[in-house]
Amino acid sequence: MSKELIRLQDLTMEFDGERILDGINLYFNDHEFLTLLGPSGCGKTTTLRIIGGFLTPTSGKVIFDGKVVNDLPPYQRQVNTVFQRYALFPHLDVYDNVAFGLKVAKVPKDEIQRRVTEMLETVSLKGYENRRVDSLSGGQQQRVAIARALVNRPKVLLLDEPLAALDLRLRKDMQNELKRIQQATGITFIYVTHDQEEALSMSDTVVVMDKGRIQQIGRPEDIYNEPKNAFVADFIGESNILDGVMLSDYHVRFFGRVFDCVDKGFAPNENVDVVIRPEDIDIVPQAQGHLVGTVTSVTFKGLNYDIIVEFKGFKWLIQTTDYQPVGAVIGIRLNPEDIHIMHKSEYSGMFGDYSSYSAEYDELTEDAEDEEE
Amino acid sequence: MKRTNRVLTILIFVFLYIPMVVLVVASFNTGKDITEFEGFTLRQYSRLFQDSSLLELLRNSLIISVLASAAATVFGTVAAVGIHNLNPRLRKTAMTLTNIPMTNPDIVTGVSLSLLFVFVGTRLLGQRNSLTFWTLLIAHITFNLPYVILNVMPKLKQMDASLTDAAMDLGCTPVQAFFRVTLYEIMPGIVSGAIMAFTMSLDDFVISYFVSGLDFVTLPVEIYSYTKKPLQPKIYAMFTLLFLMILALMIAMNVIQLYTDKKKAHTRSAGL
Repeated sequence: MSKELIRLQDLTMEFDGERILDGINLYFNDHEFLTLLGPSGCGKTTTLRIIGGFLTPTSGKVIFDGKVVNDLPPYQRQVNTVFQRYALFPHLDVYDNVAFGLKVAKVPKDEIQRRVTEMLETVSLKGYENRRVDSLSGGQQQRVAIARALVNRPKVLLLDEPLAALDLRLRKDMQNELKRIQQATGITFIYVTHDQEEALSMSDTVVVMDKGRIQQIGRPEDIYNEPKNAFVADFIGESNILDGVMLSDYHVRFFGRVFDCVDKGFAPNENVDVVIRPEDIDIVPQAQGHLVGTVTSVTFKGLNYDIIVEFKGFKWLIQTTDYQPVGAVIGIRLNPEDIHIMHKSEYSGMFGDYSSYSAEYDELTEDAEDEEE
Repeated sequence: MKRTNRVLTILIFVFLYIPMVVLVVASFNTGKDITEFEGFTLRQYSRLFQDSSLLELLRNSLIISVLASAAATVFGTVAAVGIHNLNPRLRKTAMTLTNIPMTNPDIVTGVSLSLLFVFVGTRLLGQRNSLTFWTLLIAHITFNLPYVILNVMPKLKQMDASLTDAAMDLGCTPVQAFFRVTLYEIMPGIVSGAIMAFTMSLDDFVISYFVSGLDFVTLPVEIYSYTKKPLQPKIYAMFTLLFLMILALMIAMNVIQLYTDKKKAHTRSAGL
């Protein structure tokens, strides 16, 4: 494992008496691609701005390379930032934007020339040197912003929702591009986003945040497959979350039935949250099902159908490629590895119920998230 | 409806500009009576340029206007940046405090400044002549400041705040960030503030009247004393020149504005 570069210790942040960050403990390794993921207002951007030096935490320590840097201003930190709306300098052309940091640092002219040219090549903007930045497309401006930050060879690059303003297609391309640049340069990336798919596909480590606290830290696979609480389970992908009782290791009871599972280490008869991912559920004929329910709604999603199935008054979301008409009575089977058990938390009962599901639901929440804190 | 609108608009402009036209015509009149145009002549202009005392007054006015507007532009820009960086409540208070002197009647400002200068000059500094070139200059800077602040503030507000963050992120101290980035962004506001301050200074009579001494008098103050006797036609010539100068300045300002807007619109459309 590579060495630790930044550590945040008991970080809290308050604005006008409101607690934005509540005891953040986190470390960042060299060469890592780490993502802070959470809904708007969760404190992820605040965390990033503290690392960048734009905010001073109310309490706690920011440690960079073993030294406390709480009060070090941004211009003395070995960190560079890619801002949400790029923040390119409108009065300078592409070359001068990228050269800005080097000129401030009084790097010799021929070295500036060499490094800027090299960096523009890295971000595939060769030949754009003399263009005005506001004559570039969103994706090109994005790449100028990345080049302008990386040309200074920072130890850490901070990225604040850098792809939020791009359309879906371009966003996908830029995700690959960013990952490539990170691997090519070996610079630590700390990436802030509310887009879970972006976080899962790019990161080495994902930190899920909500209400100013870290909910879970882990590799993308672990975060997805073994969420720690109902918030994480719901925020990362879709989840059906139900109440259950852990009878003993590997045995859980819900809906009046005992299922085998792969989880252990809970107290006997502990009340737990049971997570079942909608894509893990197998639809079978009634007679073979563990549970039998009625389809109440069907939405075509392209790759699959989202169907809502009612089991004893509780509605589940199931993703399937087999069309099931509304009103059909179907059985489902759950394999032990499809069932994930979580301890009860403050989030229990708040997520994972699709009783009020509607197809527009996703879009509504996404709009709300666009307004950053 | 549309026609009455147009007619009304034209009428308004006629009323606005007719005094100017009368003045310009009078400056070219051969006769002494302004009610009768006898013939065209440039004599008043040649007389004007031979009258060294009038030219000196004009020079004084220009000196005060240029110095006062330059100083007010520097101080006002610094003040605007400072006010902009205050927290919202303090910022609002500061802006109200900035606006009050501007709406204050000139005569009140003039008298209070005069009292202040005399008090400080005679009581604290022990001068006999407390009203000088310097008091005039200070007074002009004072009443010019709000105009500069008011022109610069909107530009600061419009500016993407992360530009300053980006500059500091790339190694600039706050001062460097101002000179390398912020200044370029707010330049249109600074220029229009400076021009406005210059014109306010150039034509100020009321405040100048109270704070100028005998050794340094500006054009409007001196002209006022002429009004007790008949105005000499060469003064029409000077006013015509002044009017044309301000007109040129205003046209230049608008052309610059138009040009930058067009450039922006052009690059924006090219961006898509």
